[in-house]
Amino acid sequence: MPLTDSLRDDILATVPSLRAFAISLSGNADRADDLVQETMLRAIANIDSFQPGSNLPAWLFTILRNLFRSDYRKRRREVEDADGNYAKTLKTQPAQSAHLEFEEFRVALDKLPQDQREALILVGASGFSYEDAATICGCAVGTIKSRVNRARSKLAAMLYVDGAEDFGPDETVRAVMGGSGG
Amino acid sequence: MNDLKSQASRTAVPGKPGGLNTEIQSRIGHQLRAMYDDVVRQGVPDRFVELIRKLDGPVTPEDFGNAPANGNNDGRD
Repeated sequence: MPLTDSLRDDILATVPSLRAFAISLSGNADRADDLVQETMLRAIANIDSFQPGSNLPAWLFTILRNLFRSDYRKRRREVEDADGNYAKTLKTQPAQSAHLEFEEFRVALDKLPQDQREALILVGASGFSYEDAATICGCAVGTIKSRVNRARSKLAAMLYVDGAEDFGPDETVRAVMGGSGG
Repeated sequence: MNDLKSQASRTAVPGKPGGLNTEIQSRIGHQLRAMYDDVVRQGVPDRFVELIRKLDGPVTPEDFGNAPANGNNDGRD
């Protein structure tokens, strides 16, 4: 299938939310834009495998998520303390309380296990259904639901300490759920 | 797999997200969307518009040197 004008427009129309997703995954605007660019290149190179009429944003998000995952594994060793530096940068910003709260939220989000963070963002911010989020992440709908709930509980515990009750054994859960490597 | 299943059925109580207080939950949702929409509102950066044009079929000379030549920078002051 050729890249029609309308498909091209639809891809471009998805770019703003792809960027938002990429930034919330990577915590870094430059890297996020590189991810989005790579996503577009892959999408267009593989446009044949896109089913006309199916969910284009979900397809693009899937590509971006997979790119981020493979990229993340590679980079993790190279820049192991990138997260720490990022958090430090934020903490030295001058304090405007609304802004600070916003940054605290970002830092907390950054501390979530990747599986939980992406599930929460897809459902809670991108507005995907649990079903679409499950397709994007290549897992069961129930898995997405439980990741979202865990993510919320953890954020609540980090940000508003007294609000969280549901604190599960993360390591076990991650071990159980982490076996689906693509 | 069995573990997953029993876990899913245990957590699949409708409408009860792990005892999280609703106010906190809506606060988290609000902040999450605020952060996200902040980026969405930036729209499509030029580099992506350029990129997709270049990727669409043969590159024409117009694809280059077609930068908007308005020196019209939203007058600050």
